[in-house]
Amino acid sequence: MNLQFTLNGQARSVDCEPADTLAEVLRNQLNLNGTKVSCEVQVCGACTVLVGDLPVSACTYLAYEVRGKQVVTIEGLEKADGTLHPIQQAFIDEFAFQCGYCTPGMIMAAKALLNENRRPTREQIIHHMDGNICRCTGYLPIVNAIQRAAALLAQEREK
Amino acid sequence: MSLEKSDFTVVNHSIPRRDGRAKVTGRAQYVSDLKLIGMAYAKVLRSPYAHAKILSVDKTKAEAYPGVHCVVTGDDLEGLNPYYGHAVKDHPLLAIEKVRYAGEPVAAVVAVDERTAFEALELIAVEYQELKAVFTPQQALAEDAPLLHQRQFEAGALRGFEGEVSAGRGSNICQRHTIKWGDVEAAFRSAAAIVEGEYYFPMTYAYAMEAYVAIADVNDQGVTIYSSAQHPFMVRHDLKSVFNVPVSQVRLVVPFVGGGYGSKSYTKIEPLVAACSWKAKRPVKLQLTIEEAMLTTRSDDAYTWMRTAVDKDGKIIARQARITMNTGAYAENSPLVVEKSTNRCVGPYAIANVHIENMSLYTNTVPASSYRGFGCAQVTLPGESQIDELAKKIGKDPYEFRLANAAKPGEEFFPGMRPFDGTLKEDLETAAKAIGWSAPLEKNHGRTVACSGSDAGAYPLTSTAIRVHADGSVTILTGSTELGQGSHTILPQIAAEELGIPYEKVRVVSSDTAITPYDRSTGASRTTTLMGSAIIDACTDAKQQLARMAADVLKVRVEQIEVIRGGVRCGEAQLNWSEVICKYYALPDGEVIGRAYIRKDGRFAKLPVFWETAATGCELSVDEETGRITVEKLATVGDVGLAINPALAEGQDIGAATMGMGIGLFEELVYQDGQLLNGSMLDYRVPRFSDLPQKVSLHLVQNRDGVGPYGAKGGGEASLNSMAANIANGVDGAVGVRIRQAPLTPERVWRALKDRNKG
Repeated sequence: MNLQFTLNGQARSVDCEPADTLAEVLRNQLNLNGTKVSCEVQVCGACTVLVGDLPVSACTYLAYEVRGKQVVTIEGLEKADGTLHPIQQAFIDEFAFQCGYCTPGMIMAAKALLNENRRPTREQIIHHMDGNICRCTGYLPIVNAIQRAAALLAQEREK
Repeated sequence: MSLEKSDFTVVNHSIPRRDGRAKVTGRAQYVSDLKLIGMAYAKVLRSPYAHAKILSVDKTKAEAYPGVHCVVTGDDLEGLNPYYGHAVKDHPLLAIEKVRYAGEPVAAVVAVDERTAFEALELIAVEYQELKAVFTPQQALAEDAPLLHQRQFEAGALRGFEGEVSAGRGSNICQRHTIKWGDVEAAFRSAAAIVEGEYYFPMTYAYAMEAYVAIADVNDQGVTIYSSAQHPFMVRHDLKSVFNVPVSQVRLVVPFVGGGYGSKSYTKIEPLVAACSWKAKRPVKLQLTIEEAMLTTRSDDAYTWMRTAVDKDGKIIARQARITMNTGAYAENSPLVVEKSTNRCVGPYAIANVHIENMSLYTNTVPASSYRGFGCAQVTLPGESQIDELAKKIGKDPYEFRLANAAKPGEEFFPGMRPFDGTLKEDLETAAKAIGWSAPLEKNHGRTVACSGSDAGAYPLTSTAIRVHADGSVTILTGSTELGQGSHTILPQIAAEELGIPYEKVRVVSSDTAITPYDRSTGASRTTTLMGSAIIDACTDAKQQLARMAADVLKVRVEQIEVIRGGVRCGEAQLNWSEVICKYYALPDGEVIGRAYIRKDGRFAKLPVFWETAATGCELSVDEETGRITVEKLATVGDVGLAINPALAEGQDIGAATMGMGIGLFEELVYQDGQLLNGSMLDYRVPRFSDLPQKVSLHLVQNRDGVGPYGAKGGGEASLNSMAANIANGVDGAVGVRIRQAPLTPERVWRALKDRNKG
């Protein structure tokens, strides 16, 4: 079947099977491998992408469900001039990853949070991010990175 | 160690990660992301039985399924040596004649895509005859226990441990190890106080978020494998043996790895995917699911009986333990885990009388192998529990009791081994202070410090090459794998420091056995110490060559050349590395290759390479209604000698402590009748954001007392090792119940509280 949607701001049209997940279409057909797959049961959040404003687990989200919608993946955050999104920069500055496998999903989940809450408290960050697992960092640097990103975004808005 | 700490311009600085941009943009490539032209995909059929004879395998329907290239079974391996294992060659790459655990690979389908391969699995008909199975070491030792392995095995060519191979010698015993000194019986007779108890440390799953994955391309050019393996050179050796080809014909390439924590040590699925490629005559990718990864490797669970004695002055005079470990169906790295867990029972304490006996048993469960901390966590739960139990018994503060008995810097607390190279007093003091040791405690709160000392660094066999290019930039060729621990960041830091060039000018090429010089492993916290030292030696070698070239260029004797930061000087003349090379070759091109080989000699003659030491402190609270534990405060203290990159070293510590906290609180693989009950991330609980303690403080002790670069030692495991004991001791402190089993789930704590109230 044919599927049309907007991916990272660009109109896309792909042929896929009804059973294909969004992660399969992104990774296997569109060669966007930034979205990682791990638990495959919506527990770990590694495959988090944004559909509209909502974070979803692409590992189990049927590709068909994104028809006509806006999808943003980790590949959509960096600006054309190479400037990183403030969340990406904050993850680097705070050493908020080690192996990096959870990182794209972690950043997308953080983006969903900061889209709806510009100044989340530590408790709000922990509550929102609880659906994303990181096995390397012990979470503290990620909390710090999201707080730093919130401050960076606030600075950007003031400019 | 000519440099003073204040001299460092690159080393000992928290420089951002080299792989940062790649990892935050999603452009970092893992094997999961790789595709080769013409590549097919494999899926694995697994045994539903824990122990069974394979009577027949009918694959005709599966082979006829559209899109299937071939089906591989244990009967199709003629021409290969199908048994592998770096310690003991007991592991068939597919089950041969029988299966030894539920989940063991029985057949593999190779097809045009994953879905086709998956669909064809259902068409394979396997007839089994179930056999009696054993699941615990106790069952495996019983007189009427079935024998898992009938044949006698060869030792792997790369043993890595000093013990004899027991595996396959007519019993289910996989490996034994004993250490003994002093007169334990006499010491216990003369003791002023003794504690004794039985402890259980659970089977755990590392949950590297990237499941095992490999792509193999076997053809007349040799065997090429892209894998998520931590130790490509170890895997190379197994593949050489499976295909009976020269080492040079086997190429292992490891790009970024999505988490390891020891679980990707040594060979896993590479022989199977290579056999698939060999049979299918094309590149084949095998990507396991997390559920399948849980059926591939776990940690050894351990049953420990231990007793510890003190004299009337509160000095620990004796420790004795008997440990049985459950290695599962195949040895994997468990023989080394047995040896290490035996050694690590002593803790970093000076004990005059010690007797530890350890053995691992084959059972019909998922094979156990390396896991971060390597047997240390298994025995530090009993060891550090008993320190608190003893302190309580003799009315001493457990922190003071530890200080009084801790091994001292330079003390040979383990006979014949390297004298202690840590500063435990400072480690413990720092941890205790960080959690407010003497402050008043709220009701149902407990506060603990614990420590561990591991004979770490594995085996000192490491080589490297440094290529200094004509523009003065540098490429490091290293066999150390970037697992997230930061080797791609700290190795260039060292090279930049040594060569006096900007960090940005150093690139790392890693873990390609066809290109990078031999490094034995990326494990046991050894990379900073061993590869770091090799990098320094290779830089020194390059600088010596550059000095000779400069002498040639300047037409002076080499003795007249002075090596300075970033180049050479001779009188008024000064040349940077680029100028030396360009003038020497009379072209703006060419290079100089510095190389280094490290072996068990000189400063690395004595094992361990270093004692990995850390202290962890925590304050926890217990909800008496539910038995639920909340870790309120956590402090880690890594005794790392010198942190090449302090932020990375602290990151290792909090990551390790969090994994250890998971084991203390809820991580456990649960078996019933040979079936893994919680074999999915829906059911296997790991720490989440909401488990992050309210207050976390990370500390490093940097006394430059290690044998590595500038006095560095490894870290990254030790903060895990003591955490289960922290939790158990904290619960006893909070609510007065002693639980000798991890994890301390709410149910276990609640039941213990109920028993206490009854008593």
